[in-house]
Amino acid sequence: MTTRVGVVVFPGSNCEHDVVEAVDAVGGSGELLWHKDKSLGDVDAVVLPGGFAHGDYLRTGAMARFSPIMDAVTRFAQDGGPVVGICNGFQILTEAQLLPGALYKNQGLKFLCQPAVLRVESTDSVLTRRMKVGDELNVPINHFEGNYVCSEEALAALRENDLIVFTYQDNPNGATADIAGIRNENGNVVGLMPHPERAAHPLLGSTDGALMLRGLIGID
Amino acid sequence: MSKEFDVIVEVSLREGIADPEGLTIERALPALGFNGVSDVRVGKSLRFVVEASDERDARHQVESMCERFLANPVIEDVDITLGPLT
Repeated sequence: MTTRVGVVVFPGSNCEHDVVEAVDAVGGSGELLWHKDKSLGDVDAVVLPGGFAHGDYLRTGAMARFSPIMDAVTRFAQDGGPVVGICNGFQILTEAQLLPGALYKNQGLKFLCQPAVLRVESTDSVLTRRMKVGDELNVPINHFEGNYVCSEEALAALRENDLIVFTYQDNPNGATADIAGIRNENGNVVGLMPHPERAAHPLLGSTDGALMLRGLIGID
Repeated sequence: MSKEFDVIVEVSLREGIADPEGLTIERALPALGFNGVSDVRVGKSLRFVVEASDERDARHQVESMCERFLANPVIEDVDITLGPLT
Protein backbone atom coordinates (compact mmCIF):
# COMPACT_ATOMS: atom_id res chain seq x y z
CA MET A 1 0.00 0.00 0.00
CA THR A 2 1.28 3.42 -0.89
CA THR A 3 1.80 5.69 2.07
CA ARG A 4 -0.22 8.87 1.74
CA VAL A 5 1.52 11.98 3.03
CA GLY A 6 -0.55 15.13 3.59
CA VAL A 7 1.44 18.34 3.16
CA VAL A 8 -0.26 21.29 4.86
CA VAL A 9 -0.39 24.55 2.91
CA PHE A 10 -0.61 27.68 5.04
CA PRO A 11 -0.84 31.14 3.47
CA GLY A 12 2.88 31.82 2.96
CA SER A 13 4.09 28.22 2.78
CA ASN A 14 6.49 27.80 -0.14
CA CYS A 15 8.05 24.33 -0.01
CA GLU A 16 4.88 22.26 -0.26
CA HIS A 17 5.27 21.24 -3.92
CA ASP A 18 8.90 20.24 -3.39
CA VAL A 19 7.84 18.00 -0.50
CA VAL A 20 5.04 16.39 -2.54
CA GLU A 21 7.45 15.75 -5.41
CA ALA A 22 10.12 14.29 -3.13
CA VAL A 23 7.58 12.05 -1.35
CA ASP A 24 6.32 10.79 -4.71
CA ALA A 25 9.90 10.22 -5.91
CA VAL A 26 10.67 7.88 -3.00
CA GLY A 27 7.52 5.83 -3.56
CA GLY A 28 4.95 7.56 -1.37
CA SER A 29 1.98 9.61 -2.46
CA GLY A 30 2.05 13.28 -1.52
CA GLU A 31 -1.06 15.45 -1.47
CA LEU A 32 -1.73 19.03 -0.43
CA LEU A 33 -3.98 19.85 2.52
CA TRP A 34 -5.34 23.38 3.00
CA HIS A 35 -4.86 25.01 6.39
CA LYS A 36 -8.61 25.70 6.66
CA ASP A 37 -9.46 22.00 6.35
CA LYS A 38 -10.83 20.61 9.60
CA SER A 39 -9.83 17.04 8.84
CA LEU A 40 -6.73 15.31 7.49
CA GLY A 41 -8.76 12.88 5.40
CA ASP A 42 -7.13 9.47 5.23
CA VAL A 43 -3.48 10.44 5.13
CA ASP A 44 -0.93 8.20 6.86
CA ALA A 45 1.52 10.99 7.69
CA VAL A 46 1.58 14.79 7.82
CA VAL A 47 4.31 17.24 6.83
CA LEU A 48 4.29 20.92 7.79
CA PRO A 49 6.52 22.39 5.06
CA GLY A 50 8.87 25.35 4.99
CA GLY A 51 7.96 28.92 4.16
CA PHE A 52 6.49 31.83 6.06
CA ALA A 53 3.10 30.67 7.36
CA HIS A 54 0.83 33.68 7.90
CA GLY A 55 3.75 35.92 7.01
CA ASP A 56 5.56 34.92 10.23
CA TYR A 57 3.54 37.70 11.89
CA LEU A 58 4.26 38.19 15.60
CA ARG A 59 6.77 35.31 15.63
CA THR A 60 7.62 32.51 13.22
CA GLY A 61 4.90 29.89 13.51
CA ALA A 62 2.89 31.89 16.06
CA MET A 63 -0.25 32.40 13.98
CA ALA A 64 -0.34 28.92 12.41
CA ARG A 65 -1.74 27.29 15.50
CA PHE A 66 -4.99 29.20 14.87
CA SER A 67 -5.40 27.54 11.47
CA PRO A 68 -8.35 25.14 11.69
CA ILE A 69 -6.28 22.15 10.54
CA MET A 70 -3.96 22.37 13.55
CA ASP A 71 -6.54 20.77 15.88
CA ALA A 72 -6.63 17.74 13.58
CA VAL A 73 -2.81 17.72 13.32
CA THR A 74 -2.53 17.83 17.12
CA ARG A 75 -5.00 14.96 17.58
CA PHE A 76 -3.24 12.95 14.84
CA ALA A 77 0.10 13.50 16.58
CA GLN A 78 -1.32 12.55 19.98
CA ASP A 79 -2.72 9.34 18.47
CA GLY A 80 0.78 8.40 17.27
CA GLY A 81 0.47 9.57 13.64
CA PRO A 82 3.76 10.64 12.00
CA VAL A 83 4.07 14.45 11.88
CA VAL A 84 7.19 16.11 10.49
CA GLY A 85 7.83 19.86 10.60
CA ILE A 86 10.49 21.11 8.21
CA CYS A 87 12.01 24.57 8.82
CA ASN A 88 8.95 26.84 9.25
CA GLY A 89 7.07 23.62 10.03
CA PHE A 90 9.48 23.00 12.93
CA GLN A 91 8.83 26.54 14.16
CA ILE A 92 5.08 25.85 13.99
CA LEU A 93 5.46 22.61 15.98
CA THR A 94 7.27 24.45 18.80
CA GLU A 95 4.69 27.26 18.86
CA ALA A 96 1.90 24.65 18.92
CA GLN A 97 3.78 23.04 21.83
CA LEU A 98 4.01 19.70 20.08
CA LEU A 99 7.78 20.02 20.55
CA PRO A 100 9.70 21.93 23.26
CA GLY A 101 11.84 25.04 22.82
CA ALA A 102 11.78 27.81 20.23
CA LEU A 103 13.63 28.87 17.09
CA TYR A 104 15.30 32.26 17.20
CA LYS A 105 17.29 34.44 14.79
CA ASN A 106 20.58 32.99 13.56
CA GLN A 107 23.51 34.08 15.69
CA GLY A 108 25.24 35.84 12.79
CA LEU A 109 21.99 37.62 11.79
CA LYS A 110 22.36 36.28 8.27
CA PHE A 111 19.83 34.36 6.23
CA LEU A 112 21.57 31.03 5.61
CA CYS A 113 21.02 29.02 2.42
CA GLN A 114 23.76 26.41 2.23
CA PRO A 115 24.57 22.70 2.53
CA ALA A 116 24.82 21.32 6.06
CA VAL A 117 26.32 18.11 7.37
CA LEU A 118 24.10 16.50 9.99
CA ARG A 119 24.87 13.73 12.43
CA VAL A 120 22.14 11.27 13.36
CA GLU A 121 21.82 11.28 17.17
CA SER A 122 18.68 9.19 17.67
CA THR A 123 17.24 6.41 15.53
CA ASP A 124 13.98 6.32 17.43
CA SER A 125 12.13 8.69 15.10
CA VAL A 126 10.02 8.39 11.96
CA LEU A 127 12.80 9.97 9.90
CA THR A 128 15.76 8.01 11.24
CA ARG A 129 14.35 4.60 12.10
CA ARG A 130 16.39 3.00 9.31
CA MET A 131 19.63 4.82 10.12
CA LYS A 132 22.44 4.37 12.62
CA VAL A 133 23.59 6.78 15.31
CA GLY A 134 26.61 8.62 13.93
CA ASP A 135 25.46 8.47 10.29
CA GLU A 136 26.32 11.66 8.45
CA LEU A 137 23.78 13.26 6.14
CA ASN A 138 24.20 16.12 3.72
CA VAL A 139 20.96 18.14 3.73
CA PRO A 140 20.72 21.89 3.04
CA ILE A 141 19.41 24.59 5.34
CA ASN A 142 17.51 27.71 4.30
CA HIS A 143 16.50 29.95 7.19
CA PHE A 144 16.89 33.16 9.14
CA GLU A 145 15.44 31.84 12.38
CA GLY A 146 16.93 28.42 12.95
CA ASN A 147 18.80 29.02 16.17
CA TYR A 148 17.26 26.45 18.52
CA VAL A 149 16.79 27.79 22.05
CA CYS A 150 15.43 26.06 25.14
CA SER A 151 15.80 26.21 28.91
CA GLU A 152 18.56 24.24 30.66
CA GLU A 153 15.95 21.90 32.12
CA ALA A 154 14.43 21.31 28.68
CA LEU A 155 17.88 20.61 27.23
CA ALA A 156 18.62 18.13 30.03
CA ALA A 157 15.30 16.39 29.28
CA LEU A 158 16.10 16.26 25.54
CA ARG A 159 19.48 14.66 26.29
CA GLU A 160 18.24 12.29 28.97
CA ASN A 161 15.41 10.95 26.79
CA ASP A 162 17.43 10.76 23.57
CA LEU A 163 15.14 13.31 21.89
CA ILE A 164 17.82 15.07 19.85
CA VAL A 165 17.52 13.53 16.38
CA PHE A 166 20.04 15.54 14.34
CA THR A 167 22.96 17.81 15.23
CA TYR A 168 25.01 20.04 12.92
CA GLN A 169 28.59 18.98 12.39
CA ASP A 170 29.56 22.63 11.99
CA ASN A 171 26.94 24.72 13.81
CA PRO A 172 25.84 27.39 11.31
CA ASN A 173 23.32 29.38 13.37
CA GLY A 174 24.26 29.24 17.06
CA ALA A 175 21.71 26.54 17.91
CA THR A 176 21.87 25.27 21.48
CA ALA A 177 23.89 22.02 21.64
CA ASP A 178 24.24 22.11 17.80
CA ILE A 179 20.61 20.96 17.55
CA ALA A 180 19.24 20.67 14.00
CA GLY A 181 16.23 18.48 14.79
CA ILE A 182 14.35 16.97 17.73
CA ARG A 183 11.52 14.51 18.34
CA ASN A 184 8.78 13.90 20.88
CA GLU A 185 8.99 10.97 23.28
CA ASN A 186 7.13 8.60 20.95
CA GLY A 187 9.32 9.55 17.99
CA ASN A 188 6.27 10.15 15.78
CA VAL A 189 6.65 13.95 15.85
CA VAL A 190 9.91 15.34 14.45
CA GLY A 191 10.96 18.91 13.74
CA LEU A 192 14.10 19.84 11.84
CA MET A 193 15.51 22.97 10.23
CA PRO A 194 17.25 21.29 7.23
CA HIS A 195 15.16 20.52 4.13
CA PRO A 196 15.11 16.80 3.21
CA GLU A 197 13.05 17.55 0.09
CA ARG A 198 15.97 19.57 -1.27
CA ALA A 199 18.29 16.57 -1.02
CA ALA A 200 16.09 14.00 -2.67
CA HIS A 201 17.65 13.62 -6.12
CA PRO A 202 21.26 13.16 -7.38
CA LEU A 203 20.87 16.34 -9.44
CA LEU A 204 20.39 18.28 -6.18
CA GLY A 205 23.79 17.13 -4.96
CA SER A 206 22.58 14.75 -2.27
CA THR A 207 19.98 12.06 -1.80
CA ASP A 208 20.30 11.94 1.99
CA GLY A 209 16.98 13.75 2.38
CA ALA A 210 15.34 10.93 0.41
CA LEU A 211 16.63 8.52 3.09
CA MET A 212 14.70 10.50 5.70
CA LEU A 213 11.54 10.53 3.59
CA ARG A 214 11.86 6.79 2.96
CA GLY A 215 11.88 6.39 6.73
CA LEU A 216 8.75 8.53 6.94
CA ILE A 217 6.83 6.45 4.41
CA GLY A 218 8.14 3.18 5.84
CA ILE A 219 10.23 1.97 2.89
CA ASP A 220 13.56 0.25 3.53
CA MET B 1 -19.95 48.79 33.76
CA SER B 2 -16.92 48.04 31.64
CA LYS B 3 -14.22 50.62 31.03
CA GLU B 4 -11.53 50.90 28.41
CA PHE B 5 -7.81 50.79 29.11
CA ASP B 6 -4.81 51.79 27.05
CA VAL B 7 -2.26 49.01 26.97
CA ILE B 8 1.37 48.91 25.93
CA VAL B 9 3.04 45.52 25.93
CA GLU B 10 6.78 45.57 25.50
CA VAL B 11 8.22 42.26 24.40
CA SER B 12 11.95 41.77 24.85
CA LEU B 13 14.34 38.86 24.79
CA ARG B 14 14.80 37.06 28.08
CA GLU B 15 17.97 37.76 29.93
CA GLY B 16 20.57 35.21 28.93
CA ILE B 17 19.27 34.96 25.36
CA ALA B 18 21.85 36.52 23.06
CA ASP B 19 20.54 39.56 21.16
CA PRO B 20 22.62 39.76 17.97
CA GLU B 21 20.53 42.65 16.63
CA GLY B 22 21.09 44.72 19.79
CA LEU B 23 24.80 43.90 19.70
CA THR B 24 25.10 44.99 16.08
CA ILE B 25 23.39 48.30 16.83
CA GLU B 26 25.61 48.80 19.86
CA ARG B 27 28.71 48.24 17.75
CA ALA B 28 27.49 50.75 15.14
CA LEU B 29 26.86 53.63 17.54
CA PRO B 30 30.53 54.57 18.10
CA ALA B 31 30.78 55.27 14.35
CA LEU B 32 28.48 58.25 14.98
CA GLY B 33 30.47 59.34 18.00
CA PHE B 34 28.22 57.79 20.66
CA ASN B 35 30.78 55.99 22.75
CA GLY B 36 28.97 55.56 26.04
CA VAL B 37 26.17 53.21 25.01
CA SER B 38 25.89 49.70 26.41
CA ASP B 39 23.27 46.98 26.99
CA VAL B 40 21.32 47.63 23.77
CA ARG B 41 18.38 45.24 23.58
CA VAL B 42 15.93 45.13 20.69
CA GLY B 43 12.29 44.23 21.25
CA LYS B 44 8.86 45.12 19.99
CA SER B 45 5.87 46.90 21.42
CA LEU B 46 2.19 46.19 20.95
CA ARG B 47 -0.39 48.88 21.70
CA PHE B 48 -4.08 48.26 22.02
CA VAL B 49 -7.23 49.10 23.96
CA VAL B 50 -8.88 46.52 26.17
CA GLU B 51 -12.31 46.51 27.80
CA ALA B 52 -12.43 45.41 31.44
CA SER B 53 -14.41 45.96 34.62
CA ASP B 54 -11.44 47.57 36.36
CA GLU B 55 -7.69 47.96 36.08
CA ARG B 56 -6.99 44.69 37.86
CA ASP B 57 -9.22 42.79 35.45
CA ALA B 58 -7.57 44.53 32.50
CA ARG B 59 -4.09 43.59 33.72
CA HIS B 60 -5.19 40.03 34.32
CA GLN B 61 -6.53 39.75 30.76
CA VAL B 62 -3.37 41.20 29.23
CA GLU B 63 -1.11 38.92 31.29
CA SER B 64 -3.10 35.95 30.05
CA MET B 65 -2.83 37.13 26.41
CA CYS B 66 0.93 37.47 26.81
CA GLU B 67 1.30 34.06 28.37
CA ARG B 68 -0.75 32.30 25.73
CA PHE B 69 0.03 34.23 22.58
CA LEU B 70 1.66 37.67 22.52
CA ALA B 71 5.04 36.45 23.75
CA ASN B 72 6.88 33.15 23.74
CA PRO B 73 8.02 32.52 27.33
CA VAL B 74 10.85 30.28 26.10
CA ILE B 75 12.71 33.29 24.69
CA GLU B 76 10.79 36.44 25.63
CA ASP B 77 9.84 38.57 28.65
CA VAL B 78 7.03 41.12 28.72
CA ASP B 79 6.55 44.45 30.43
CA ILE B 80 2.95 45.67 30.62
CA THR B 81 1.99 49.34 30.98
CA LEU B 82 -1.68 49.99 31.45
CA GLY B 83 -3.93 52.91 32.29
CA PRO B 84 -7.41 54.40 31.74
CA LEU B 85 -8.10 55.32 28.12
CA THR B 86 -7.24 58.95 27.50
